[in-house]
Amino acid sequence: MSVTAPDTVTTGRQIPDRLKSPLQRFLASWELLLLGVAIAVFVINSFASPYFLDPWNLSDATFNFTEKAMIAFAMALLIISGEIDLSVASIIALASTAMGFAVQLGADTPVLVLIGLAVGLACGMFNGALVTGLGLPSIVVTIGTMSLFRGISYIVLGDKAYTGYPSEFAFFGQGYVWWVISFEFLLFALLAVVFAVLLHKTNFGRAVYVVGNNPVGALFSGIRVTRVKFALFLLTGLMSGVAAICLTSRLGATRPSIAFGWELEVVTMVVLGGVSILGGSGSIPGVVVAAFVMGMVTFGFGLLNVPGIVMSIFIGLLLIGVIALPRIARQLLAKRKV
Amino acid sequence: MIPPILKSREAILAGAILVLVVAIASRFPAFVAPANLVNVFNDTAPLIILALGQMVVILTRCIDLSVAANLALTGMVVAMLNTVVPGLPVPAILAIAICLGALMGLFNGLLVWRLDIPPIVVTLGTMTIYRGIIFVISGGEWINAHEMSDAFKAFPREVVLGLPVLSWIALLVVLGFVVLIGRTPLGRAFFAVGGNPHAAVYTGINVGQTQCAAYVISGALAGLTGYLWVARYAVAYVDIAGGFELEVVAACVIGGISIAGGIGSVGGALLGALFLGIVKNALPVINISPFWQLAISGTAIIIAVAFNATSSRTKGRVILKKAEHAA
Repeated sequence: MSVTAPDTVTTGRQIPDRLKSPLQRFLASWELLLLGVAIAVFVINSFASPYFLDPWNLSDATFNFTEKAMIAFAMALLIISGEIDLSVASIIALASTAMGFAVQLGADTPVLVLIGLAVGLACGMFNGALVTGLGLPSIVVTIGTMSLFRGISYIVLGDKAYTGYPSEFAFFGQGYVWWVISFEFLLFALLAVVFAVLLHKTNFGRAVYVVGNNPVGALFSGIRVTRVKFALFLLTGLMSGVAAICLTSRLGATRPSIAFGWELEVVTMVVLGGVSILGGSGSIPGVVVAAFVMGMVTFGFGLLNVPGIVMSIFIGLLLIGVIALPRIARQLLAKRKV
Repeated sequence: MIPPILKSREAILAGAILVLVVAIASRFPAFVAPANLVNVFNDTAPLIILALGQMVVILTRCIDLSVAANLALTGMVVAMLNTVVPGLPVPAILAIAICLGALMGLFNGLLVWRLDIPPIVVTLGTMTIYRGIIFVISGGEWINAHEMSDAFKAFPREVVLGLPVLSWIALLVVLGFVVLIGRTPLGRAFFAVGGNPHAAVYTGINVGQTQCAAYVISGALAGLTGYLWVARYAVAYVDIAGGFELEVVAACVIGGISIAGGIGSVGGALLGALFLGIVKNALPVINISPFWQLAISGTAIIIAVAFNATSSRTKGRVILKKAEHAA
């Protein structure tokens, strides 16, 4: 986070008279590069393991990323607006614990779904209120709520687990809609479209970019900055609730350590998708492709019997690498120009 | 009139700790027995050391979430080294641990300084990378007490003048930080960089380099703690000190170190760590399940950061006050 001397800043940004053509911009885009990576991973995987190209295996592979991607869509909007939520995995834990608790009291499936969504929404509201209401930095607030939400799960559950979810509840995480298309994958695809429209085609989406690029300017142009941010925290909480329903249904059990460390994977997915961690730029199609890349890579490693923690090294490297490489390239280019 | 010193952050926190201890002592007098207080301090020593390292990083507007992973990796490396070369003297082990930790800190620092990557991203990434490396080098195996040499295990527990060596090291680190923060150009640079990076550039301070130095200090202390931790508990495995980075950040935030950089003190970090340490040690005494710990430190972070924000809110002229409220 080094700071350049102000005199280099004052020269301002060069704005060309004419933008490059849409085709040129598409060819030079991060999303296309990422798509290339996704295809490469797919091809390498299909050569590396004979089991990879089986339709059922591929369908199983989608479970690696669908739940995380649902949160990543909302997180992408939040990061574009200049905030971050590190408590998403803990929201899953709390929502899942609440659902498990309700099961012990004899709740049926619709009630469970409502509880999952409500807890997610309430957690998002809590984060949003602290950040926008009291004006606190979102990183610290959500590091705090990350401990708090999961801490409540630990208080309720300790070293025990909730099981005994009703059989209809299993549909969300284990059900198939048509042939190999799982309910989760369908939900992921639907949400991708919804979020893409929300971010790229609505006034709200426009406001999200403006808030991320220049909050003061946004305020002056009549955008209710805190309200936009609050809505995004709500949305992120809600999506964490949705993910909690899917994950709990898929696992059929709740432990307080559920979804541990997911916040990292979600943020990695968003950043890999080309969203600037500093806010102001990014796209939903990028996040969708990034979700596929991460899912395919972890699945490929899984087929090759690589343990999960080694995969996490790869995810960490990926996170730093995707941000570092363009910067290194830019520094090298800048040197050549001088 | 209350004298200003009593209104300071440190005084309030010290008062809160005192009230806490008195409240516990009124029900459980054994808690304040000198031997138990020594125990509590010794238990908190790793947190104190790491919180001080984290403090300088936060002062420069960065954050280091990789400290716990750094600690665990260093601990595993020295433990493995000890099984291979049992005769290695303790000073050599200490030197290796500190260097290795500093090296990992340097890696974080260089990424932040040279490549300008946001600190939270860098250290989230290196946190998982360092943890993963522990698994790779150890193969997921544990290193247990019987595999470590006696000298290796004995060092942090050796009692000198009534205190274990671990506590003495924490006290030394505190002393070192009092000098570093209050008496050296580097200490001043940490505040300058966090307070106003642009002004710091004009006064001839290299912002990135100062941030990198903060990471090296934090890393070196994590490395040192890595050896002490593994030797004290006489076990090394992949997940030691899992999630400890949050407790370290919590100690700093509770101690009044502003996450926005530029504000903080050694006393604050020390008291923040002591507060968490006392709570942690008091829970079993007052018969509350240790599972409450996580939620309590989370709540403490949120309360502390809210308190910081309201007490240090700028008193300058606020233009657009109404518009902001309407928003």
